[in-house]
Amino acid sequence: MTTSAAILPSAVRPRQALNWFGVAPFFLFALLFLILPTLNIVLGAFRNAEGQATLENLGKLFSPSIRAAFWISIELSLLTAALGCVFGFFIAAAITLGELPRWLRNAILTFSGVASNFAGVPLAFAFIATLGRLGFVTMLLRHWFGINLYGLGFNIVSFLGLALTYLYFQVPLMVLIITPALEGLRREWREAAESLGATGFQYWRLVALPILWPSLLGTLALLFANAFGAVATAIALTGSSLSIAPIVLFAQIRGDVLNDPHLGYAIAFAMIVLTAVANGIYILLRLRAERWVK
Amino acid sequence: MMGKRLWSWLAVVLGGIYFLLPLVGMFDFSLRMQRGGYSFEAYRIVLADTQFQQTFGYSVMLALLTIVLGILIVVPTAYFVRLRFPGLRPIVEFITLLPLVIPPIVIVFGYIRIYNTSSILPLTGSWWGTNILLVFGYATLSLPYMYRSVDTGLRTIDIASLTEAAQSLGSGWARILAVVILPNVFVSVLSGAFLTFAIVIGEYVFAALLNVNSFGPYMVWMGGNRAYEPSALAVVAFAITWVCMGLIQLFTRFSKFSTVRR
Repeated sequence: MTTSAAILPSAVRPRQALNWFGVAPFFLFALLFLILPTLNIVLGAFRNAEGQATLENLGKLFSPSIRAAFWISIELSLLTAALGCVFGFFIAAAITLGELPRWLRNAILTFSGVASNFAGVPLAFAFIATLGRLGFVTMLLRHWFGINLYGLGFNIVSFLGLALTYLYFQVPLMVLIITPALEGLRREWREAAESLGATGFQYWRLVALPILWPSLLGTLALLFANAFGAVATAIALTGSSLSIAPIVLFAQIRGDVLNDPHLGYAIAFAMIVLTAVANGIYILLRLRAERWVK
Repeated sequence: MMGKRLWSWLAVVLGGIYFLLPLVGMFDFSLRMQRGGYSFEAYRIVLADTQFQQTFGYSVMLALLTIVLGILIVVPTAYFVRLRFPGLRPIVEFITLLPLVIPPIVIVFGYIRIYNTSSILPLTGSWWGTNILLVFGYATLSLPYMYRSVDTGLRTIDIASLTEAAQSLGSGWARILAVVILPNVFVSVLSGAFLTFAIVIGEYVFAALLNVNSFGPYMVWMGGNRAYEPSALAVVAFAITWVCMGLIQLFTRFSKFSTVRR
């Protein structure tokens, strides 16, 4: 398809200049609504109110409250990314290698597509209705088993509650991404390992996991970024009682808390750096993974 | 071998419990508004609420406009990049992936700083401007999904031959895109469109920070002020997500069928 320009009659080739009109709207759109707004924030992070270059804003990120917010965010994103990877891997392994009926595999993949998109406000409501003070599971445990969740110190408006909720979109995303990688594991590799006398455990440790690790680590990075940027779920679930980085930024933009836009720039800049690093790792490892799994 | 199947079932059953309980919980809760029994009272109240009707209708409108804008931007770009500018491909792909890298809250923060009332282009100052900004913002959020599905669709057809054929019959670019290319990638465009719809309909952060009263902020307001109605809203939102994803599957299957027939 790349040679098509050469095949076309020469009469149309001078119109290459005209072709630019086909892609110009896209670049204008990306510039106005994606690149310039982001650049504005990044540059703002290095300027003070008078427009002079400074590192003062970034320094403010290390004030105890902001640093704490970032730590909770990072912990939350890492924990849900790691657990999402583990549980998602088990489910993906079960449906690809576990000799389950075909319909179940398709049903799980379809459901994963839905669940990974069922984030935001409705997801928070579903978890409040399930694990809130009067939630379905809370009541079930109390009436059937005599377990008082809230008496044991559980609260849906907490780090643990938020982590449980985030897993609802993290696990399905892992299933969707890792299933093709698991399907790329060739039967011959397993047979070759077995014919050389390898046990199932040895096959996984010495053959399958070394092939899969770039995919696994890459997806971990992607899930981290996915959790880190999630704002709506957290706000709908906790109001603003749990101080995680995106909620602090949200309050900052609304002007609810401190009125220093340049601190807002710095928080936003730090968020971009973290998600960009995570996505960069994902893309690099993905390129590595594609060498093997084809 | 028996052990393997057992472990697989265990993983699927445990996963099933985790994923089904919140759905059961939210449905159960949404039916409990009247004491002493199940009823659809919460749904009745929500559906009869004029605020719901307004904000929901408004969000549907936003979603449809976003889809139209997304198609207008993405289809010509993907087409020209494939046909005329293969060298631009990495750059365009990189840009379309950026909305996944930059958190949405940062993008909307940038909008507020650039398009505020004291700027050259004061979009946030007027009702029309805010809506235009919101639709463009949503088009940005859906760009990765829209571009990927359209580009995948273009890969399966021979756009060079189709273009030559149309040109030899005297078509111009606009006509080629609208009459030849678009119908051929219609199914891919639709999958992108349904995904966009699912993203836009309940979106909260953009709408809240641009002070727009759409379905997302309405849901959050309900969550803070009512007990049972939020669950009913969550059920409605979940149903919409299912319908969108279901339609994508349906159309993809339909397109496979039509390719075989051709």
